[in-house]
Amino acid sequence: MSNAPVDNSRRRFLTIATSVVGGVGAAGAAVPFIASWNPSERAKSAGAPVEVDISKLEPGQLIRVEWRGKPVWVIYRTPKMLEQMKQHEDQLRDPNSDEAQQLDSAKNNYRSKREEIFVAVGICTHLGCSPTFMNGGFGEKVEGTADGFFCPCHGSKFDMAGRVFQNVPAPLNLEVPPYTFLDDTTILVGEEEEVA
Amino acid sequence: MMKKLLIGLFALLPTLTMAAGPSVPLMDANIDLRDNASLQRGAKLFMNYCLGCHQMQYQRYERTFRDIGIPIEIGKETLIFDGSKVGSHILNSMSKDDAATWFGAAPPDLTLISRVKSPDYIYTYLKSFYKDESRPFGVNNIVFPLVGMPHVLQELQGLPMPITEEVVENGETVTKVVGVETDGSGEMSDDEYDQAARDLTNFLAYVGEPSRLESEAIGIKVLGFLVIFFILAFLLKKEYWRDVH
Amino acid sequence: MATNYEEQNQAVDEPSKQPTGTVSSVVGWINDRIPMTRVWNMHIAQYPAPKNFNFWYLFGSLAILVLVNQIVTGIWLTMNFVPSAEGAFASVEYIMRDVEYGWLLRYLHSTGASAFFVVVYLHMFRGMIYGSYQKPRELLWLFGMLIFLALMAEAFMGYLLPWGQMSFWGAQVIISLFGAIPVIGEDLTLWIRGDYVISGATLNRFFALHVIALPLVLVILVFLHIVALHEVGSNNPDGIEVKRKKGTVAEEDKPNFKFHEYYTSKKDIVDAIPFHPYYTVKDVLGVAGFLILFCWVVFFMPEMNGFFLEAPNFEAANPLKTPEHIFPVWYFTPFYAILRAIPDKLAGVVAMGASIVVLALLPWLDRGKVRSIRYRSKWHKLNIAQFVVTFLILGWAGATPQTVFSTILSQICTVTYFMFFVLLYVYSKNEVTKPLPTRLTK
Repeated sequence: MSNAPVDNSRRRFLTIATSVVGGVGAAGAAVPFIASWNPSERAKSAGAPVEVDISKLEPGQLIRVEWRGKPVWVIYRTPKMLEQMKQHEDQLRDPNSDEAQQLDSAKNNYRSKREEIFVAVGICTHLGCSPTFMNGGFGEKVEGTADGFFCPCHGSKFDMAGRVFQNVPAPLNLEVPPYTFLDDTTILVGEEEEVA
Repeated sequence: MMKKLLIGLFALLPTLTMAAGPSVPLMDANIDLRDNASLQRGAKLFMNYCLGCHQMQYQRYERTFRDIGIPIEIGKETLIFDGSKVGSHILNSMSKDDAATWFGAAPPDLTLISRVKSPDYIYTYLKSFYKDESRPFGVNNIVFPLVGMPHVLQELQGLPMPITEEVVENGETVTKVVGVETDGSGEMSDDEYDQAARDLTNFLAYVGEPSRLESEAIGIKVLGFLVIFFILAFLLKKEYWRDVH
Repeated sequence: MATNYEEQNQAVDEPSKQPTGTVSSVVGWINDRIPMTRVWNMHIAQYPAPKNFNFWYLFGSLAILVLVNQIVTGIWLTMNFVPSAEGAFASVEYIMRDVEYGWLLRYLHSTGASAFFVVVYLHMFRGMIYGSYQKPRELLWLFGMLIFLALMAEAFMGYLLPWGQMSFWGAQVIISLFGAIPVIGEDLTLWIRGDYVISGATLNRFFALHVIALPLVLVILVFLHIVALHEVGSNNPDGIEVKRKKGTVAEEDKPNFKFHEYYTSKKDIVDAIPFHPYYTVKDVLGVAGFLILFCWVVFFMPEMNGFFLEAPNFEAANPLKTPEHIFPVWYFTPFYAILRAIPDKLAGVVAMGASIVVLALLPWLDRGKVRSIRYRSKWHKLNIAQFVVTFLILGWAGATPQTVFSTILSQICTVTYFMFFVLLYVYSKNEVTKPLPTRLTK
């Protein structure tokens, strides 16, 4: 053993420097492990945008398509439905869609790009059940409103723009997915893009 | 005695190891995974000439386009012939049973062929078809004798004629095919065909291991980091061990 | 000097006397419930390690590092691997292509398998040259041999999982070895496979053993290996003890470090240093050096010219078509060469088994009293040298297509392999050795 004086500041500096660099290395090594939990190419491919043909959609009708494993509704709203939506806005939690449950292009009273065509993810914002479309029979749930959605699991209620009523467990309006009208009768669900 | 035995054994060594190696020397494919133009030409050749029979069942179009610099929309229009979605695997619609009837065996999947064989092998293979009327498809191959597929690039290369040589093997004189020379009926010159074969090989090498370039890019950074860490660890060790020495 | 170690050790030494603070009160709370500080001091901060460990002593900690790498990357691979004959091969390519960084996780695991054997072989070789298996470390050596056996089983079963051609046919050959056992052999192979050929049933049971049973066994054995090591203390390149009989070491010869009283109450300690910080910083340096080599392979040459990942394994298993040449991965080739060297099936299997078992018997085959190669006879040095050459040649021969030449060479080396142990047994009894130093040399 030598009697060389111990340089404590140098020792402290090197200990800290090595620990810090080692810590950075450990954090870097964690990256691939964490990133590997992201959706894989297969999941992304399966979750690719879906084209929906609405040429046969009739007024008042709802069709379901699957996008990223979730039910997406496409509904042709009648003028009557559109009219009655204005009547009950005082009973809604978020009538103006201030919460970011839709892209800006669908942030309007109808929560849609075209007044009559409504596109939404058919999953209740409470705990993930799929609400039932009560076409004409919604009056028993909300007086004066003939059509709407009722979630059988915990009784949440939504109007024909997917807006949630007050005093139900669901906190938010139904989510409107990104979508694009490719032409008059075709919707691309899952992607919002400029169509030339 | 022992010495003689050893000398005898070592004299045997070269002949025995030679016998184990490939019977035909392979040409150098000289590929470059960073050459996107070559990879794109290779992809086009593959989709046009190979995909009819050979799939790439583990590789997706979209990833391929992204990796070799083809814009998705252009890839969709020019390289997907069967209307597949861009996220799907590179497949054909040939049934395995039909294929086995037509060719004797189902054409192998080519996703990993460059790793099972080697890029040099593929390059040599593509350049080693020659006319042989005794075969069902009228061609044979130097590196893959009695090959069961036609020379699909014949319209590019022309029909290659065998160059033969008389060689003495096990005391017998046999005629061996040592090279090929095209009859000039193809669309491409010899140099152009070499480049096409190289492009296709390059593309197959890329598909064999699509992560290769990403791996090397990350690897350089990781090694640089580790060298810094090594230096720090060395200084730290030296500092502490002054207590001991 | 003395003040320095006190500064270092005080924090963990006497927690009760520390100024109160959040950290120390948490430490105190834990220490009242489990012996955290005591174990840390006994086995790390105040563990007496000989001060003359050299390069060869890095491989123990590196083996632990690789074990951790294998466990963590293995867990992540199972998240996407499909253990079925239909899905296994495709799921590996799914990991390689579709999972983000999946290729890296897989290469870390496949390169780690080979790195494990590199490190373990060097670790075992260290034990051989410095006589670390000799009394009182026989049990330590036996635990090590059990780890080696478990590791071979782990690697063999893991290699079947990618379900490539080499996976399939390699497993076919190795499982067939059990068929050489008289009377029960054929039934035994059928039972191991669970089918008439290697099949999904085999794959599933190997998967279960590979990901759960054997790693558990390995971790327990490693724990026992370290417990045994710390009980008898580390050997060192001089092969003399640093723990001496109580009262035989003069006060001025005792090192200026604090060691745990578990060790000092029974023995006097000489020429030792605390494991932490001296060997922890040295092991960190070793880890950095190892990782540079390891990552170089992982990122730039994961196939290692077909030694770590064999070309035929990029082709899905096909029970109707055997690849041209079948070899095990490089770490099994020395033993595989011994198997092939003997033209009789049963005798070949027995010889291969014996070549591993005989290693475990080293503590009793070596009758010498001097441990380290530094102080042993010229004969011993020559014998170890020939053993190394033999092992390397066998490794080469087992990875080469069988020829007349490689067979003769394997046969010669099989003889010299076993001769190592026979000769050792003979000359070690009355071996002329150099005088041992009384203190560790630099």
